[in-house]
Amino acid sequence: MTGTLLKIEGLTKAYPGVVANDTVSFEIKHGEVHALLGENGAGKSTLVKMIYGLVKPDSGTMLMNGASFSPAEPRAARASGVAMVFQHFSLFDALNVAENIALGMEQPPAMRDLAEKIRTVSEDYGLPLDPYRTVGDLSAGERQRVEIIRCLLQEPKLLIMDEPTSVLTPQEVEILFETLRKLTAEGVAILYISHKLEEIRALCDAATILRLGKNVGTCVPAETSARDMAELMVGTELQTPKSAGADLGEVVLDLSGLSMPSPSAFGTPLRNIHLRLRAGEVLGIGGVAGNGQDELLLALSGEVRTARDAVKLKGESIGQLTPNARRTRGLLTAPEERLGHAAAPNMSLTENALLTGNVRKELSNRGFLKWAKARSFAEEIIEKFDVRTPGPDNAARSLSGGNLQKFVIGREVLQEPDVLVVNQPTWGVDASAAAAIRQAILDLAAGGTAVIVISQDLDELMEVADNFAALNEGRLTETRPTQGLTIDEIGLMMGGAHGMEVAHV
Amino acid sequence: MFKLEKRPQPSKLFAYLTPLLAILATMFAGGLLFMVLGYNPLEAIRTIFWDPLFGEFAFYYRPQLLVKGGPLILIAIGLSLGFRAGIWNIGAEGQYIVGAICGAAVGLAFYPMEAWFIFPLMVIAGAFGGWAWAMIPALLKVRFQTNEILVSLMLVYVAEQLLASMSLGLLKNPDGHGFPGSRNLKDYPSAFNDEIITGSGMHWGVLTAFIAVIFAYILLNRHMLGFSIRLTGEAPRAAKFSSVNPTRLVLFCLGMSGLLAGLAGLFEVSGPSGQISIDFNTGYGFTAIIVAFLGRLHPVGILFAGLLMALTYIGGEMAQGTLGLPAAAIQLFQGMLLFFLLAVDLLTNYRLKRVRKEAV
Amino acid sequence: MDLSAINPALLLASLLVAATPILLAGIGELVVERAGVLNLGVEGMMITGAICGFMMTIITGSPALGFVFAALGGAALSLLFAILTQYALANQVASGLALTLFGLGLSSMLGQEYVGLKPPSTPKLDIPLLSDIPFLGTVLFNHDIIVYIGIALVAAVWATLKYTRVGLILRAVGENHDAAHALGYKVVRIRVLAIMFGGACAGLGGAYFSLIRVPQWTEGMTAGAGWIALALVVFASWKPWRVLLGAWLFGGVTVLQLNFQAAGVAIPVEYLSMSPYIITIVVLVIMSADKSRAPASLGRIFHASS
Repeated sequence: MTGTLLKIEGLTKAYPGVVANDTVSFEIKHGEVHALLGENGAGKSTLVKMIYGLVKPDSGTMLMNGASFSPAEPRAARASGVAMVFQHFSLFDALNVAENIALGMEQPPAMRDLAEKIRTVSEDYGLPLDPYRTVGDLSAGERQRVEIIRCLLQEPKLLIMDEPTSVLTPQEVEILFETLRKLTAEGVAILYISHKLEEIRALCDAATILRLGKNVGTCVPAETSARDMAELMVGTELQTPKSAGADLGEVVLDLSGLSMPSPSAFGTPLRNIHLRLRAGEVLGIGGVAGNGQDELLLALSGEVRTARDAVKLKGESIGQLTPNARRTRGLLTAPEERLGHAAAPNMSLTENALLTGNVRKELSNRGFLKWAKARSFAEEIIEKFDVRTPGPDNAARSLSGGNLQKFVIGREVLQEPDVLVVNQPTWGVDASAAAAIRQAILDLAAGGTAVIVISQDLDELMEVADNFAALNEGRLTETRPTQGLTIDEIGLMMGGAHGMEVAHV
Repeated sequence: MFKLEKRPQPSKLFAYLTPLLAILATMFAGGLLFMVLGYNPLEAIRTIFWDPLFGEFAFYYRPQLLVKGGPLILIAIGLSLGFRAGIWNIGAEGQYIVGAICGAAVGLAFYPMEAWFIFPLMVIAGAFGGWAWAMIPALLKVRFQTNEILVSLMLVYVAEQLLASMSLGLLKNPDGHGFPGSRNLKDYPSAFNDEIITGSGMHWGVLTAFIAVIFAYILLNRHMLGFSIRLTGEAPRAAKFSSVNPTRLVLFCLGMSGLLAGLAGLFEVSGPSGQISIDFNTGYGFTAIIVAFLGRLHPVGILFAGLLMALTYIGGEMAQGTLGLPAAAIQLFQGMLLFFLLAVDLLTNYRLKRVRKEAV
Repeated sequence: MDLSAINPALLLASLLVAATPILLAGIGELVVERAGVLNLGVEGMMITGAICGFMMTIITGSPALGFVFAALGGAALSLLFAILTQYALANQVASGLALTLFGLGLSSMLGQEYVGLKPPSTPKLDIPLLSDIPFLGTVLFNHDIIVYIGIALVAAVWATLKYTRVGLILRAVGENHDAAHALGYKVVRIRVLAIMFGGACAGLGGAYFSLIRVPQWTEGMTAGAGWIALALVVFASWKPWRVLLGAWLFGGVTVLQLNFQAAGVAIPVEYLSMSPYIITIVVLVIMSADKSRAPASLGRIFHASS
């Protein structure tokens, strides 16, 4: 079945200070997998929210099967056959799969019937689910299944997926693609938002590229190179960060038999991790979220204590030491959650500089604080890392994601660590800030610091890391040099498909 | 339609403005209340707020401001440290009582000996008693993660029973003709918490309150511990990241607020109140909570808020006498003040924006 | 000391009576907390219910109307808390305390003229046959209707939370209010309704003191029952049937120590009076060691940011 399903014409949406979408027009055909490409901040989310009824356009029209389509709220969009799987799941950890799905439906059937339906539909589409499992116990990929099944039970005509593969291993991505292909064979159209060029080339029939709110082009991904698509997205010649080509030094960080239960109810414990890191080395640790990344950072930062000898810094056992004690010895970290963990949102940048800089920058004397010194440290970070903010007295929450991340990373870099561990350094950050951060990491390593970069972004890790290991269900694989590592090998290191079944399609 | 939008920065203007707005709103609502109850609202407001300061008998009432405000400020300073860190000591009333009991017991143990060291010993005993009583919820929280709100509160009721037991038993005045209550410390010079400057109302407790304000100010603004307290309340994960030791913080905050409450109790029982009796405690421990919030958990703010609260107590007593206003009305008034403050505080972090229905 | 004077049947019967007010307040607060809101104002709502119920009964002569009005009074007071925490986004702990202080003051004010009066009594049920069973009849079947309403309420709450859509949505809101909002559920509305339900229940519980248990009006007569109800919810790990169990436990302790006092047991009265509060602390400690999870959104402020 071909023919246009959804036609979007001149859709515009402005917010104070920014035009999120500027007269965007494109078409999606029945049974087509249509990609929506663009960098962070290009306007993909806003556009899709308008299609799903979460946001009302300022002007422009939408036509579904020729008829006017302007959903006032998601319920109306769903009634018209539009379903959406968000990037951040709306799931309730303490409830089971069936309950979660029931909550996402208008008029769910009785629990027992629903459970049966879930079993059948999930098997049919190659994403089997046990309706009575507690969602909090599921892996990220399985949680995504719950979201998808929730959509499929409504028999949609258009399925919108927002960055679906950010939580999947390469093998799980294949399983997802099989499911999507089955859907399109049945005439369901898919609007696939992503910035992962190779995937789009493998899966999608057509692609619309957004940059700064405008539609800058439609192409057929199979006939376009990844580089061309990337340049359409970013608009300038892509700069690949310069890697300095390392002469690695002594072992500075030694993890042996590191095991640790997770401090959070639905987290992943660390199991018997072994790792040796040399000065000047950049180690990339890949893995889908929820496999122990947060826990690893907590174990290294000192927020959670472990066995004494499990963590050795320059030969000294530090497993029982507090974060500040580790900072004194040269081990610094930057957590994933910017607001609330790496920085206090309502406190000024000066105070946030004090947060971790107290020890190495000597910002206090027997407990009494040296505010002037803290302030100039904050000013130094702002200046050297190009943080766009009126000044160090501004609250951390007033900064954009990219600027705050530059501040957070810069704060640690300027303390001249011997070992730096960062978790998701460029998550949700605009392209130029991301490039600056990656360059800062490489410069640090060139100066002799050992760096661990934990990231879900495999492309990023391939760019900056000398060696690669994967975190899978709390276990760390062997370290392999990134040179010559293939996607399949990485996928296997990341745990294959976690024992999920391949489609019975 | 109005919509709430988060401000990029907490508003400094509103941080100062909200207590004033809250006071005005309370005066207005309180006035309405008085009117409904059949009192002349303007007269009532004037009696409560104006007369004690500038009226006929102001020379008598003004010192009372310090007498009543002193314990409130002292307790509230201690509470504010914990509140800032998200540690909720609701049992200050109990710590106040136990501090009073311990201090009075030490004093009475020395009776009738006169010596310079008796009063200081009593002070230490009072501080220790309050501190120890607060350590119960503190240790339970640290060791078992037991909710400190409920434990400290339960201990208030226990302390009240303890007070009754002491008044009728251990500390009962042997020369008291069988009446309940301890010997009156006003008659025991070595133990009496007298006014430092006669007629000013300023006794050692008031002085201690002022010192506490200064100490808290320095701690919160100039010291790492104060920064850790603020950080824990603002962003607990960031606090852990910053190497704040949550155990030490709980022990310090609860301990300190218990200590200060105990001191307040001691100064009160050896001064204005005079004796351990069943109804010795007058709710300062709870009113201090209002004072702490009204002062926006800031030492200087608490100083002013404490004086304001004292004013409502005194004015309330005057209104009871001259207008027949029931005592409960003042308690109601104080509760309203806290309500309005919490509501208006919204404006510090959020703006009200006019939102038009979106055109389709 | 004459322990033989304590009649076990009467003891157990009075246990049920003593348990009822905190049972009512506790089950109401459980619903509120399952929706993700911590309302520390239970004491304030109870005492308000106590005076409202008392006033209405004296004025109309009907205890039934009194209880209805008590529930309305409690709900009305809780509305203030709802506005503060759900619309003005105020800190829940401070708001709950404000509610308690305000409620205590308000009830004292309203109750000025009612001190010392005796209300018309609420009849005890006399179920033919059942009430006449020796021992069990006294213990179980000879109570006023509110006792049974309390138990029925526990059953109703349990069934609603477990089996109905309304219950599911409430639990979802309490677990993850952001996800519930993203799915289109009106988080604020649900929470306000839950808060008012809790207020009504607390009001009923408070009126039980002034109309049946004592029955009289005195300032501050609830004497911490509201706080014990809060502890009860923690003790029950947010499970309805456990609230019943906990209420019986506290009721039992209260009644036992009163009986000991009356029987002349050689422990000073004050220490016996302390016992319910100390037992509450002990129970809290034991329960905190049990890692049973509170609703994940409990106490966190919800602000729809889209």
